[in-house]
Amino acid sequence: MTPAAPMLATRALTAHYGDFQALWGIDFEIAAGEVVAIIGANGAGKSTFLRALTGLNRAAPEMVRFEDAPIGGAAPHRVVRMGIAMVPEGRRLFPSLSVEENLLLGGEVGRDGPWNLEAVYALFPVLRERRRQPATTLSGGQQQIVAIGRALMGNPRLLLCDELSLGLAPVVVQEIYATMPRILSSGCAVVIVEQDIGQALRVADRVYCFQEGRVSLSGRPGDLTREHVKQAYFGI
Amino acid sequence: MQWLDAILQGILLGGLYSLFATGLSLAFGVMRFANIAHGDLIVLAAYLGLVVTSSLGLHPLTAALLIVPLMGVLGYVAQRGLFDRVVGGDVVSMLLLTFGLSVVLQNGLQGLFSADGRRLQTGDLVTASVPLPGDMAIGVFPLLVLALAVGAIVLLEWVFARTSTGRAFRATSDDREVAQLMGLDIRHVYGIAMAVSFALCGLAGILLGIGTTFDPSMGPTRLLFAFESVIIGGLGSLWGTLAGGMILGVAQTIGFRISPGWGLLAGHLAFLVVLAVRPQGLFPRTRDR
Repeated sequence: MTPAAPMLATRALTAHYGDFQALWGIDFEIAAGEVVAIIGANGAGKSTFLRALTGLNRAAPEMVRFEDAPIGGAAPHRVVRMGIAMVPEGRRLFPSLSVEENLLLGGEVGRDGPWNLEAVYALFPVLRERRRQPATTLSGGQQQIVAIGRALMGNPRLLLCDELSLGLAPVVVQEIYATMPRILSSGCAVVIVEQDIGQALRVADRVYCFQEGRVSLSGRPGDLTREHVKQAYFGI
Repeated sequence: MQWLDAILQGILLGGLYSLFATGLSLAFGVMRFANIAHGDLIVLAAYLGLVVTSSLGLHPLTAALLIVPLMGVLGYVAQRGLFDRVVGGDVVSMLLLTFGLSVVLQNGLQGLFSADGRRLQTGDLVTASVPLPGDMAIGVFPLLVLALAVGAIVLLEWVFARTSTGRAFRATSDDREVAQLMGLDIRHVYGIAMAVSFALCGLAGILLGIGTTFDPSMGPTRLLFAFESVIIGGLGSLWGTLAGGMILGVAQTIGFRISPGWGLLAGHLAFLVVLAVRPQGLFPRTRDR
């Protein structure tokens, strides 16, 4: 059951890198408060899809609709001001900035909402202790929560998380995902791109599987068998 | 005593060189933009000073209060309208564009003002000096220039460290793609950075015009001094740039004392020695990247 008016929807979304076509018509929807996971092998187009949503990759306006407005191809800084924030793959914190400055920069978006420095420190108390440190001197897991906090500071309606678990110990990944309910309770929807399928199926309300730039499978985790997923993932 | 005096005068000269250099360093640091026209923009500012002082009858230092913001506005417009097309793209386009701008500025100024040497008149300011023990003296004007250079660096360091504009500069320099994802309009950030760079050219140009005779062809040499100061000091460090300017100034002054023909050569040799011994410069700002 998908609600009548999705918060964000893509219709026949395509993306290219030069002559190479990375996405071949993606239809995707997410409603307010939902957690949607995108899984797929390397090169399936998951990260490209997120780049297209944020405006880093070109798209025709009608290919991406957010809260009933066409936003495909809008400049990235405008997209984030509309309420779509990104936790980029590999965290990509600003090395010249302290932890707190990284968070403050996320707040430059200037949107009102529940998230501010205090709220982020309440969610991730360790960041308060480390706030004066250069961001990239933290451990990988701590850097990841800075990246999440930085995105939350913009008070997004939709949070895009690219490979949260990449390069992190399983126990750290568990801790990070354990904060997900509190992020959702602020009312935003979350898109999770994961190579860790088990993790994705555990937290998501719905799953899309990408294969070679197309959606090869979608549905609720409970309705999907391992065989379905395996076939959609590997294409065999 | 003669050599001590040469070192002292060289240090003071370094103040002017670091003013040439800070704007160049800033544009390079924030957006990896190497502006070949930087020296010609300094000369342009000197001519703007000439126009303002002769038409409005202002003292050159008063005129600077007009020229500096005017150059800032020009910088913002130049960035948004022109430089934006080549920033972040291929280096050859960037060099060609700014080299072309350099040629246009030199020839434009020559067409308008002829190749004659000009000077911004300040009466006694350039000849006033403070006597020191041992037959030495410090010029009041070079001291003022050094004070302004130090002031500009203190102000810039404060902006970088404490303001949201400085945070935006550093973040954009680190990762321009993610900076956009955080809501920064990097074209605006770049515009502001170039405005500051041009404003510093404005100040440097007025001080150049007060201190020496200037003509339309002297921009490229000022650019060279600026580049040498930045490289000697180490990329990314404004205090390093000041030190680089002073080392260049001292080398030139000592060279001049040995033989008037050796001044510039001595400066270039000092630059080459630093480049050979310490290619990263004296005080590079090391970043975890």
